[in-house]
Amino acid sequence: MAVAKTLAEKVWDAHVVRKGDGEGANAQPDLLFIDLHLVHEVTSPQAFEGLRLAGRKLRRPDLTIATEDHNTPTLDIDKPIADLTSRTQIQTLRNNCAEFGVRLHSLGDAEQGIVHVVGPQLGLTQPGMTVVCGDSHTSTHGAFGALAMGIGTSEVEHVMATQTLSLKPFKTMAINVEGTLRPGVTAKDIILAVIAKIGTGGGQGYVLEYRGSAIRALSMEARMTICNMSIEAGARAGLVAPDQITYDYMDGRPHAPQGADWDAALKYWNTLRTDDDATFDVEVDLDADTLEPFVTWGTNPGQGVSLSARVPFPEDFGDENAKAAAERALQYMGLEAGTPMKEIRVDTVFLGSCTNSRMEDLRAAADIIRGRQKDPNIRMLVVPGSARVRLEAEAEGLDKVFKDFGAEWRFAGCSMCLGMNPDQLEVGERCASTSNRNFEGRQGKGGRTHLVSPVVAAATAIRGTLSSPSDLDPAPESAAIRTDAA
Amino acid sequence: MEKFTTHTGIGVPLRQSNVDTDQIIPAVYLKRITRTGFEDALFSAWRKDPSFILNQAPFNAGSVLVAGPDFGTGSSREHAVWALKDYGFKTVLSSRFADIFRGNSGKQGLLAAELAQDDIELIWKELENAPGAEVTVDLPSKTVSCGSIVAPFEIDDYTRWRLLEGLDDIGLTLQHEEDITAYEATRPAFKPTTLPARLS
Repeated sequence: MAVAKTLAEKVWDAHVVRKGDGEGANAQPDLLFIDLHLVHEVTSPQAFEGLRLAGRKLRRPDLTIATEDHNTPTLDIDKPIADLTSRTQIQTLRNNCAEFGVRLHSLGDAEQGIVHVVGPQLGLTQPGMTVVCGDSHTSTHGAFGALAMGIGTSEVEHVMATQTLSLKPFKTMAINVEGTLRPGVTAKDIILAVIAKIGTGGGQGYVLEYRGSAIRALSMEARMTICNMSIEAGARAGLVAPDQITYDYMDGRPHAPQGADWDAALKYWNTLRTDDDATFDVEVDLDADTLEPFVTWGTNPGQGVSLSARVPFPEDFGDENAKAAAERALQYMGLEAGTPMKEIRVDTVFLGSCTNSRMEDLRAAADIIRGRQKDPNIRMLVVPGSARVRLEAEAEGLDKVFKDFGAEWRFAGCSMCLGMNPDQLEVGERCASTSNRNFEGRQGKGGRTHLVSPVVAAATAIRGTLSSPSDLDPAPESAAIRTDAA
Repeated sequence: MEKFTTHTGIGVPLRQSNVDTDQIIPAVYLKRITRTGFEDALFSAWRKDPSFILNQAPFNAGSVLVAGPDFGTGSSREHAVWALKDYGFKTVLSSRFADIFRGNSGKQGLLAAELAQDDIELIWKELENAPGAEVTVDLPSKTVSCGSIVAPFEIDDYTRWRLLEGLDDIGLTLQHEEDITAYEATRPAFKPTTLPARLS
C-alpha cells in the first residue's frame, strides 16, 4: 500500500527532478521543478543581470510571466512615472522582458496588476502546481492547492536559469478551522487569529494546510486571503485542498485547461487531498463559531486581538522578549495599554493589497458603505488589485459607490501596502489597512498600521474609529453583509 | 561566492525580536537595480536615532550581529542580506531566522547561525559589559566563542558545505541538466504555459 501523504507532500513529490542524497538530518535538498515563475520589477533586475553576466539563457520563458506592480503609481498612469528611480526600475523590467522573451503586462494593460492577483485571474495558477515569485506573498497561490513560495533574488536567478529550485524538506502543520463564521467575520479575521495564536515564527519550517468546515465554505478569493498571510506566521507556504469551488473558479479562465485537457486535469486535481490516514507534524485548532473581527494593535502581524478587546498590557506577556516587543510597539503606535480597540481613531483607510483587493473584497466593502456617509476626517484609498478587477468593479458600478462615499478610486498596484509609490502615510498618521504587514514604517516613515478586514475597513471609514459592521446604525438601503467575502 | 570558514569581529548586541526585513532595509531603497551599494540603507530608519547601537563606537565597526528571535521576517527582499553585507556584517546570530532570509543569506555568503536563546543572552551580556569584544564564528566546528563563552550553533549541512566551498548554486544545479530535461518531457500536457498568451 502506498504511504499516506499530506497534500503538500503529494505536490512536492510530483515535482522532484532529483532526490537529494542522504537521509534524515543529513539529507541534501531535493531539486524541484517549478511550474510557474511570476516576476515583477523590484526583485528581478539583479537576477536578469546575473544571467547576462554569466552568459546564461532564461530556460523557460513559456513558464514565466511578469507584471509591474510594486512601484507603479495609482494616479496619472498615462503620464511618465514622476519618481526617476521607480521609472528606471520599471523601464529595466521592460528592457529585460524584451531581451529574454518574457511576457509582460505593463502599466496601462488590462491584465496589469499585483502579481498575486494576476496569476489566478488569468487561470495560470492551478491545483498541484509549484509556483514561485520573488515576493513573500506568493503563498497566496496555495489557495488552489498549489505549493507556492516566496524566494529571494538569487533564487529568482536560479529559477530563470534552471526552472528548478533546491529545497529543503518541510514539516507539515494542519490548521483546522471548524464551524460557521458569524456575519461580519471573514477570512481575514481567521488568518489574523491564526497568526496571533501561533506567532510570527510559529510556522517556521512548516507548510500549513488550512482545513475544516469553515475553510471549505470559503470562496476562492477568501482562501487566497488566508494563504496570502501564511508568510506572516513564518510559514514556507500555506495551502487549501482544491474542491468544486476551486474548479468552478478555474473554469473558463484564459489559461485554464480546455476540452480533454480539462478532463485530464480534473482527474489529477481530484487526487490532491491529504490522505485520511496521513499525519501532520503539528495540528492547530481554531473555532470559527466564536471568532470575532480581528485587528492588530502592534508592529508585527502576531500582535492582534479581537476588535471588541482592549490594547493589551506588556505585563500580560510572560516572555521577556515579547514583553519588550509589546512596550516598543505601544510606543511606536502611540497607544496606551487598556484602551478599547474601538476607541482608536484613525486618519486613513486603505482598501487594497494582494491580501484584500479582489472583486469580493471591493463588493463586501461597497455593501457596507452604500447609502452611508464617510467620517469627514477620514481619507480612504481604494486600490483594485488589478486593472481587470478595476474594470469589473466599474462594470458593477462599485467605483461610483466608493466615489459617492468620498473615497479615492485608484488604478491597480501594491500601492500603500508598502509605499514604494507615492501612496504613503505621514509620520504619526494612523491607518486601518486591509494589507498584510503592520511593521514600523511599512506604509510610510512613522506611519501606524492596524490590519483589518475589508468590512472592518469600511465600517471604520464611516465611524472614524476602528469599528465592525455590527457597530453601524442600519443604513436606508443597506445590503446584507456577505459572510463569504474575504 | 566567497568561501566562509572562520570569522572574528566586533559583536553588536541587537536586543530586539522580530527584526523584519522592512527594518533591515525600508522599501524605498528597493528601487535600485544594482546588487551592491546598500550600506547606507541598512537599518536606515533606526540609524536616525543617535542612541541606536550602530551609531555608537565601537559597535559601528561591528561585523557580527547578535539579534533576538525571529530575525529577517516579512518581505523576501534579498536586499536585506546585501545591505548587511555591504555594511560589513559577515554573520548574524539569532535563535530563530525566517526561512526566506536564511535562504537568501546562504546564497550570498552571509552566515546565519542559529544559537540557543540562552546563549544569545549570555553573548549579549558579554558584549554589553565589554563593548568592542570580539566574537569568533567557526563554521567547520559550528561553534561561536566570545570571552569565556563557547556555544554551538546550527546550520544545515548543505548550506554549510556550500559556504565552506564557496560554491555557486546555479552551477551545481546545471550539473543535473539532463535530469531537468527528462522531467520536462514527462510534464502533463494540461499544465499551463504563459506563452502563447491567452487573454480574457
